[in-house]
Amino acid sequence: MSPVAGRPAGSPSAADVVLEIRGLSVDYGLGVDAVHAVVECDLTLRRGQVMGLAGESGSGKSTLSMAALRLLRHPALITKGEVLFHSKPSNRSDGGRTLDLLRASDGQLRAVRWNEISVVLQSALNALNPVITIGAQFDDLLKVHRRDLSAAERRSRAVELLELVGMTGDRLRSFPHELSGGMRQRAMIGMALALDPQLMILDEPTTALDVVTQREILEELMELRDRLGFAALFITHDLSLLVELADEIAVMYAGRLIERAPANSIFRAPRLPYTYGLLHCFPPMHGERRPMEGIPGSPPDLRDLPPGCAFHPRCPWAMERCRREVPVLTAIAGTGREVACWLHSGGATVPQELDLPDPPPPQAGSPEPPTGRHRRAER
Amino acid sequence: MAIGVSDGTGAAALPGPEAPARGGRFRAMRLPHSPKVLIGLGILAVFVVVAIIGPSIAPYAPNYSPGLVKVMIHGQFRELPAAGWARWTSTPGCPAQYACPLLFYPVGPSGSHWLGTAFFGGFQDVWSQLLYSTQATMLVGFLAGAIATALSVLVGVTAGYLGGGPDEGLSLLSNVFLAIPGLPLLIVLAIYIPAVDTSPVVVALIVAVTGWAWGARVLRAQTLSLRNRDFVEAARVSGEGRLRIILFEVLPNLLPIVASSFLFVTLYSIGAYIALAFLSLAGADIWNWGLMLYYANAAGAVESGFWWWWVPPGICIALVGTGLALVNFGIDEFINPRLRMGGLSRKVARRLGIPARPRLGFTTVLPRRKGSASAPKEAG
Amino acid sequence: MTAAASPIPTAPAAVAPVLEGRDLTKYFSVKTSRGILARRVKLHAVEGVSVSLTPGAVTAVVGESGSGKTTVARLLAKIITPDSGEVLLDGEPVPRGRPRAFARQVQMVFQDPFASLNPVHRVRYHLARPIRIHHISQDVDAAVDDVLRRVSLDPPSQYVDKFPHELSGGQRQRVAIARALAVQARVLLADEPISMLDVSIRLGVLNLLADLRDRERLAILYVTHDIASARYLADTIVVMYAGQVVERAPSVRLTDEPAHPYTQLLLSAAPDPDRSEPPSLAGSGAPPSLLDPPSGCRFHPRCPHVMEICRQQEPPSVDVSPRHTAACWLHVEPAQRRVSAVSAASGAEPGTPTAPGSSPTSPSQED
Repeated sequence: MSPVAGRPAGSPSAADVVLEIRGLSVDYGLGVDAVHAVVECDLTLRRGQVMGLAGESGSGKSTLSMAALRLLRHPALITKGEVLFHSKPSNRSDGGRTLDLLRASDGQLRAVRWNEISVVLQSALNALNPVITIGAQFDDLLKVHRRDLSAAERRSRAVELLELVGMTGDRLRSFPHELSGGMRQRAMIGMALALDPQLMILDEPTTALDVVTQREILEELMELRDRLGFAALFITHDLSLLVELADEIAVMYAGRLIERAPANSIFRAPRLPYTYGLLHCFPPMHGERRPMEGIPGSPPDLRDLPPGCAFHPRCPWAMERCRREVPVLTAIAGTGREVACWLHSGGATVPQELDLPDPPPPQAGSPEPPTGRHRRAER
Repeated sequence: MAIGVSDGTGAAALPGPEAPARGGRFRAMRLPHSPKVLIGLGILAVFVVVAIIGPSIAPYAPNYSPGLVKVMIHGQFRELPAAGWARWTSTPGCPAQYACPLLFYPVGPSGSHWLGTAFFGGFQDVWSQLLYSTQATMLVGFLAGAIATALSVLVGVTAGYLGGGPDEGLSLLSNVFLAIPGLPLLIVLAIYIPAVDTSPVVVALIVAVTGWAWGARVLRAQTLSLRNRDFVEAARVSGEGRLRIILFEVLPNLLPIVASSFLFVTLYSIGAYIALAFLSLAGADIWNWGLMLYYANAAGAVESGFWWWWVPPGICIALVGTGLALVNFGIDEFINPRLRMGGLSRKVARRLGIPARPRLGFTTVLPRRKGSASAPKEAG
Repeated sequence: MTAAASPIPTAPAAVAPVLEGRDLTKYFSVKTSRGILARRVKLHAVEGVSVSLTPGAVTAVVGESGSGKTTVARLLAKIITPDSGEVLLDGEPVPRGRPRAFARQVQMVFQDPFASLNPVHRVRYHLARPIRIHHISQDVDAAVDDVLRRVSLDPPSQYVDKFPHELSGGQRQRVAIARALAVQARVLLADEPISMLDVSIRLGVLNLLADLRDRERLAILYVTHDIASARYLADTIVVMYAGQVVERAPSVRLTDEPAHPYTQLLLSAAPDPDRSEPPSLAGSGAPPSLLDPPSGCRFHPRCPHVMEICRQQEPPSVDVSPRHTAACWLHVEPAQRRVSAVSAASGAEPGTPTAPGSSPTSPSQED
C-alpha cells in the first residue's frame, strides 16, 4: 500500500508527518568498548498510521523507540541524529511546531511526554505503581498535566477513559495486582490515552498475555485509533501479528533498519533474505505439514558483529560484497519500499523468492479497510 | 535478577537495554578499579599489616612504665620518671627552695613518644599501646565476623531452603536474637562468662552470638528467592541430593551477599568489642582500642585536655569503619552492575560536553560537532 | 529428516505408553487476602486430567496461562504430588516422591533458558553431574561430548567450558535438552521450551525435538500456548482450559476441524497472516477464576453456543471421530443430554429445590 493511493477517503493527507527520526544512533558505553545498539536509523511516522517495528533480540527496536523519547538509562548515549516531532496544527494559525526532542530543554521534553507522545510497555505490572489504586494513578496523571480540571472532572475523565478501553468505572478502586493481566494492560492503554496524544509507542504490549486477550485488546486499540486518530508505533518480535495489524512495517537487525514496506507487501513479496527467512519461521495453521528450517545460526552479539552486512553469515544468498560492505538503505523505485541489501542495490540478479510482484494496493475509497486490520465488528 | 551474574545479557540477549559486560566466572572479577574500593582496601590493608606486626615494632610493652630516677632539682634529689615520659611542675604557690610535692603530667606527642604518654599507675607510651591494641581489636573483630557469618549462613540458608517446620523454628530463633537488644545481652554474657577476661576467642564468640541474626534473615530471604529458580528445580529433577543443591547450586550464587554481610558484621563486631572493653567488661589483660578509651575516660582525659589518649583510637575506629564500608560499596557495585559508571570519568565527560552524572529520564545526548547541519529547534 | 517435499509422518497409535497420568487432580491452597482474617481457599489448578506419552511421539498440551498445563507437566515429572490420580511408568504406579530410577527416565526442560542453568557453573558441570549421579558412564568427559553432539552443539570442545551467559538463548536450551539426554531419559517433558527464544531460532529447537523423537524414540510432552508450533511438532494435541482437558485429537485434525468451542476461539485468535479476512473472535470474556470456577462446563460463560445444560453439568468426553474427543455437550446426542439432565435434577443434589426449567418434560429449555 503506497502512502498516497489506497487510503480510505477522509483520512489525513500523506504529507502529514508526526514523528521523524533521522540518523539516530545509540551507543552503550564509550570509546572502543562501546556497543552500537542503534546505527543511523531513519523512521517516519504519519498521522493515524500504525507503523510496526519488528526485530529479534539485539535488533535495537526497543532502544530506538525509547531513545526517541530519551527514556534510556545509563550507560546509553545518543551519539547522532535527530528526532523531529511535528505537533498538530489544531487551532493554531501558525501551523504547529516542530521540536527536536533530542535537543529540547527539559521543560519542552516534559511538555511533549505523555501530552503528545505516550508509551505502553510490555509489563503493566512493572509500569503501574503497585501500592496505589488505578484511580489514584489516573488522578496523579491528570493533576500534573491538566491543572485546570477539578477533582470531580478528573474523576469523570478517568471513568471515561476506563470505559473507552472496555473496563467499568468501579475498577478505579482496584490495585494493579487485583486486576488480570489483560485488564492491567487495558488500564495502561487508558492512561496512555488520557491526554489525547498524537502518537502512542507500544513496546510488546500484548506479548505477556494469552492469545485471546491479545486479540481483543488489539482490536479495541485499532478501534480507538480509528476514532481518536493517533499514530501508533508498534514494536514486537511477532512479525505475523504485525502483518495483520500494521499499515507499514520496518524490520531491524543488529541495530540497523534493513527493510521498510507496506505490511501486505512485506508479507506477500519480501525483498530481504532476512525478512524472507523470518516469514518462514512461523509454522502455518493450515495445509500440509512440512519440515521448516528457520534461519540457521542466531542473532549476532552486538559486541562482536561480523564485518559487512551483519546478516551475511546466515544468509543463503550472501555474496562477496556482503562480507565487506555494510549495505545502505535504498529505495526501490516506484514502490515506496526500502531495503538494505546488496542483492537489490548492487546490480546483482535477484533470486526468484525475493522478486515476487508487489500485491496491488487496495482500491481508494473502498468500504473495506486495508488488508489485515480489524474490522469494526458489531459487538 | 540473579545476584551478580546473569542479567540476561548473553550473546543473544532478550530485549532490554542492559549494559553488556565481559565474560568470566563472575563478571568483572578483575581487579576493582573504582577509587572507592581501592581506598577502602588500602585502609584495611594497612590495619591488617599493623595488626600482624604491631607488637613486634612497638618500642615498649603497653604496660611498661619506666622506673623513677633521682634527679637533682634546686639542690635536692627528687624522684622523677625517666626523661621525656612526663612533665613536672612544682605545687603552685610554693617557693622554689622548698621541697614541695611535684605534679606530674603526661606529655603530648613528641619526638620520643609519637603519641605522647598516658598515665595509669605509671606513665606508658601511647603509640605502643595503640600498636598492641590494633592486633586484638582486628583479630576479635574479624574472628567474630567470620563466626557470625558462618552462623548466619548455616541458619539462614537452611531455613530458606528447607521451608516449612525447620524454617519456622529457625526464623523464630533468629527473630528472638534480633529482638533482644545487643548491648545488654553482650553485657550479661560478658559478666557471666569469666573466660572473657583472658581469651579473645571467647569474646569473639559472644560478640558473634549477638550479631548473626540479621545476616541470617537476609540470607534466608535470598535463598527463598533462589530456591524457586529453574536451575535449582532442574538440579532436583536431575536427582541431586538436597545437601549438594544447597552447597553447590545455591550457595555459590549467594557469595556476594555473604561477603557483604561479612563486612557488615565485622564492622558491628569491632564496635561491639570496643563497647564491651569501654565498659571494662572485657578484662584488662588484652589491650584493645576500647580499653584505651576506657582508661582515657576513667582518668578524665577529656576534661584534662589529654586528647592524645582518646583521639588516636577514635580515629582508628573511624578509619576501619570507613574502609569496611567502602569495600562494601564495591561489592554492591559488583552485585548491581548498573551502579558502575561505565567508563565515564569526569574528565571524559567534560571533554565531550555531557553531564558526568547521568540523569534518570533524560538520556545523555552527545552535542553536535561544530559544522554539522542543525535542524531548527523550533520552527514557527 | 525427511526431504523437504514430503510431509511429517504421524506416529502409529498402537504402542504402549511409557509415562501416563490418570485422572490427575491438584489443588493449591491460597489466601484470599492478606492478614490474620484471610481465608484459605482452593485453587483448582488441575482436575481430572489424563495424559499418556508413547515412545516416538510428541504430545502437545495447549492452553492459556492458568489453564493448568504447566502443573500437569510438573505432576508428570513428579516434582509435585497430585491430590488424587496417579502417575504410571511403563504401566506401574510410581512410589511417592521422585525415586532416582524415575528421575533417570523422566526429565524436564524449562521455559527460561537463562534461568534453567546455574550461572556459576560451566556447561561441563551441568552435563557431568547427572551422568555422575546416575552412574551412566565411567568416562564422563566422553559422555558429555557425545551428548553435546546429539544436540548439534558441535564441536563439543567449543562449548564445554563456557558459562551460561556466554551462550545464546538457543544454545542454552540445547544444553538444557542435553542435560536431559545425558541420563538416557526416555521421556522429555518440555515446558514452553521455545517461547523465550528468538523467533528465528525457535524452529531449530523444534526440529531438534522432532529429531529426538524420530531417532531416539523419545516420548515428548510439549507444553505451549502457541498452537501453531504445537501443530508443527506434535502428533497429538491436548487442549486444556481452566484445569481440565477439553479436546484431544491428532494435531492436523484439531486445527482443521476443531470440535470444542474453546479450541475454535483459540484458533480464531491466533495470529495468522494468511488470513484474508480479519478474524471474528468466537467468544469473549476473560479466563475464569480458578478459585471459584463456573458451574457445569467451565467454558460456558464465554461460549457462543451455550445451552442450559452447560451451566448445570460438566460435559463428558465424547468421541467426535476416531482418536478425537471433545468434552462438550454439543457433541452429545440430544437424547443423551436430556437423560443426563434428569439424573442431575433428581439424583445429584437431594436437598436443592428443582429449578423450574430443569424438568425433563420441558424441551423448550434447549436452545
